[in-house]
Amino acid sequence: MTDTITFSQEISNIFQAAEGEPLTTCIQCGTCSGTCPVAGYMDNSPRQIIALINLGMKDQVLESNTFWYCASCYHCTVRCPQEINITELMYALKRYSIWKSRYKEGLIGPTFSEAFVKMIVRGGRSFEPVLAPSYIFSFKMREFLQEIQGATELMLKGRLPILPAKIKRLDNFRRMIGRIIPMGGLE
Amino acid sequence: MKEYAYFPGCSLEKMASSYHMSAMETTKKLGIKLKEIEDWNCCGATTYFYIDELLAYTLCARNLAIAEKTGLDIVAPCSACYKNMFFTAAHLKKDADLAEHINFALEEDDLHFNGNVNVKHLIDVFAKDIGPDELKSKVTKPLEGIRIAPYYGCQIVRPQKEKEDVEQPQFFEEMLSALGATPVNYPLKMRCCGGSLIISSRTAALTMVRNLLQSAVDAQATVIATACPMCQVNLEVYQQQVNLEFGTNFSVPVLYFTQLVGLALGVSQKKLGIGKEFVSLAPSLLRVGQE
Repeated sequence: MTDTITFSQEISNIFQAAEGEPLTTCIQCGTCSGTCPVAGYMDNSPRQIIALINLGMKDQVLESNTFWYCASCYHCTVRCPQEINITELMYALKRYSIWKSRYKEGLIGPTFSEAFVKMIVRGGRSFEPVLAPSYIFSFKMREFLQEIQGATELMLKGRLPILPAKIKRLDNFRRMIGRIIPMGGLE
Repeated sequence: MKEYAYFPGCSLEKMASSYHMSAMETTKKLGIKLKEIEDWNCCGATTYFYIDELLAYTLCARNLAIAEKTGLDIVAPCSACYKNMFFTAAHLKKDADLAEHINFALEEDDLHFNGNVNVKHLIDVFAKDIGPDELKSKVTKPLEGIRIAPYYGCQIVRPQKEKEDVEQPQFFEEMLSALGATPVNYPLKMRCCGGSLIISSRTAALTMVRNLLQSAVDAQATVIATACPMCQVNLEVYQQQVNLEFGTNFSVPVLYFTQLVGLALGVSQKKLGIGKEFVSLAPSLLRVGQE
């Protein structure tokens, strides 16, 4: 007897409230990959990622950009004939890779997400301008300039906030978060 | 007067203020009151779920608990806020351990979620609670001859909530027909706009936006109707970047469905926040609601 669990079980265990079927029920039909609007940009299609997980190929999975390219549109999920919640799987893989601090180099997703969460912990609401530094410097010059131009126009149209919005009961809110996660890493 | 607890969400404070303005004006005209819930917080968007699922549910549960005190159904105009709140409520109702854990955290803000709140998207209020027949009876300036592409996007219809049609829903089309407009049928009405990939995987997202715009233009739509601030930004604000990236020449206005409802109900363009767009209105719409 052994206590070790397979990679597939490990990943399935981090769908906290997912109601989908286990990944091992995948029949490799490819409906997910055929449906996914981003599959063309992924190193491994959703179907391939599930196969790699079921084969226990953890390194290949974590080195793949697949789950960071998932836009959470749930198109694969509603079509999967085996009722696997593929979108929640992509979320779980994102969390797994952040916990392990292992993700493909050059991705904006992980740093952007962390910046977003820190922003919410600080004020309770989203304030777009503080997010910019988490991604803008990864852009190529042309994209950088387009982004600045877009932001300037939004500002002129009155569509960008100048001051961060904050909720009123921020102390309570932060203590509430403290009961869920240790705050040290988010300060 | 029918009342709802209203959760505007962060985008509607500034980026999508025209959605907020038009939601308020049109519901008022239809005898509905949207009462903003007090001291709401961010729903966590998609990004929160990338970091910690429990925390993401807690953020949504705080808003649900605040709304529950009003005894009203909660309404969100943003598809991501709606999806997050809907499924948080569903999970907490079903999973007593999860609910206990999260209610322990909510105590810090003197809140408790009992699971007695219905979560709706703003478009449900118009398309289902009010319904096309009543809407039609209130129209004073029918949008005749205006070809509108109803853009469902992702999270209004997906994941499936009950047994509703997730492949070919028609409620958006029916609502636009009630306004006197011509809803166009185009194959990508259910495809994703790219969401936050516009930041994290830009080329992929711009391609998705290009395909959507092309699909709507091919069906001869003169305006796209959305029900989500993220979709509006991707399809409209990034339209000029799509043109730069792909050498296309798109100039398709993208309005919130509430702005179109407002025009048909005779509300002025100004009150509907029209004028904050990057792409100006189609000539066919320009005259409607001009003072």
